[in-house]
Amino acid sequence: MTETILSVKDLLVKRSEQTVLQVNSLDIQQGEVLAVIGPNGAGKSTLLLVLGRLLQPLCGQVYFRGKPIEQEDALTYRRRIALVLQEPLLMHQSVFDNVAAGLKFRSLPRAEVKRRTDEWLNRLEIAHLSNRPAHRLSGGEAQRASLARAFALQPELLLLDEPFSALDAPTRVRLLQDLHTLLSQTSITTVFITHDLDEALLLGDRVAVLLGGVLRQVGRPQDVFTAPSDGDVAAFVGVETVIAGNVTASQNGQIIVEADGLHLEAVGDVPTGTRVLFCLRPEDITLSHPESAMISSARNRLKGRILRMTPSGPLVRVVVDCGLPVVALITRGSANEMKLTEGQQVTATFKATAVHLIPR
Amino acid sequence: MTADIFEITLLSLQVSILATGISLFIGLPMGTWLALSQLRGRKVILSLINTGMALPPVVVGLTVAILLWRSGPLGSLRLIYTPTAIIIAQTIIAAPVVTGLTASALQQLDPRLRLQLMGLGASPVQMVISLWREARLPLLAALMAGFGSVISEVGASMMVGGNIRHQTRVLTTAIVLETGKGEFQNAIALSILLLILAYLVNLGLTIIQQRGAR
Repeated sequence: MTETILSVKDLLVKRSEQTVLQVNSLDIQQGEVLAVIGPNGAGKSTLLLVLGRLLQPLCGQVYFRGKPIEQEDALTYRRRIALVLQEPLLMHQSVFDNVAAGLKFRSLPRAEVKRRTDEWLNRLEIAHLSNRPAHRLSGGEAQRASLARAFALQPELLLLDEPFSALDAPTRVRLLQDLHTLLSQTSITTVFITHDLDEALLLGDRVAVLLGGVLRQVGRPQDVFTAPSDGDVAAFVGVETVIAGNVTASQNGQIIVEADGLHLEAVGDVPTGTRVLFCLRPEDITLSHPESAMISSARNRLKGRILRMTPSGPLVRVVVDCGLPVVALITRGSANEMKLTEGQQVTATFKATAVHLIPR
Repeated sequence: MTADIFEITLLSLQVSILATGISLFIGLPMGTWLALSQLRGRKVILSLINTGMALPPVVVGLTVAILLWRSGPLGSLRLIYTPTAIIIAQTIIAAPVVTGLTASALQQLDPRLRLQLMGLGASPVQMVISLWREARLPLLAALMAGFGSVISEVGASMMVGGNIRHQTRVLTTAIVLETGKGEFQNAIALSILLLILAYLVNLGLTIIQQRGAR
């Protein structure tokens, strides 16, 4: 059984009378990576500062290995953890001295400081930059130094506050992969804050969604992304089609939802008469020409007209008006192949199992 | 005259370096506290300190003279017209300069650096030392400004030192005296000496400063 290393109860943080963070209950297990996601200003960084004991909450309690963190001297607690912020915040010293900083604060023997600093300079692939002044590093190198500085402390808890958001895309992807490897090798318990869903999916063993300062959902990434707990979470995790409807029939796990005159099929266990939000991820919707008799096991087929097509990287976001707006995400290749244009008639198809229902 | 010049120069240096040193002793912690504390009255104190940076030396001289005058409240200490009196006056002139510039030097650092240092396990003392090291360039500039303000002032030294030969005569008061006597050659020679001295001390500090800049 895994041990709960950190546990948050009834936490409330206010700034000038306004609630900026409210977490009723959150547990972090030994060795897991908890990705905290939410838009800017959702209270993510505030949560991290409270966990790092750098901000005193108005009320509530944080327990570290079962004991309230106030029972321990603040400095002793902070020396069990390590913090990495969005900006690397390196000092005007050599890279080596920066990476060694936390170890020196702990007054470790010189040989030990050197050994651990060298080890982590190596593991983050910046050993060749050891003697370089830190302010001459590129953004990616600087963030590597910042990570090395934190990892070298062998913390019981690693707190990462959007460490990659200021980096360019290729640098970010490489560093993200490397961090993923390091986290699985070391199994350091980590709270990783990001507004980027891909980062959360890659790194997080579990995902916590913070919206407007309130913890809305915690769960495995696949659960949060496919079965969001409410409409706001659904919108944030990229469930683009959210339709309000009523369950008109429910039998043997088969559900019919009526929304704006359309009858849609879903699976699940929701009683008849329940008002629900009918949620669909755009990648679960396929588009086809209305005349093509596509053979598919998909239970839902909606005819509609393409309202808008927006390129999004290698994909195209297609908004189809089927009486209700339905958003599909298809590859650029298939959009070209099908010669899709705005105003064209198409059929949107999706499986009943792709639907997630949120009772409201 | 040559022996006198040596003596005057040495006294100038001694007095001003000591006054700057004491100012650093007061101003560095004080300025650090002002920069880092979240006290409500902080802005008021900072504005007072900043006003103090422009304190006219003659006003300081007058105040110190009143305090140290034989019949004054501290007259029993018998400090008026001694080098100690000059050091006291010059410390009052330099301390606000060092304090104000220390505070501004530390306030220019990224405020998140403090969070980062604490998040790496720095104790309050370790954090402050790290911040000082990080702000070493503007801190040395604060020291230079403090020294510059006292090595060049004449009003306070004259009023509380009295420009007594072999006792409290410093370069600036000697220049005033020589000029008053119409001995421009001597005055010019002393002035050049003063400039060279100020230059050498600042050169020394600049070398230390720029070694850190890389």
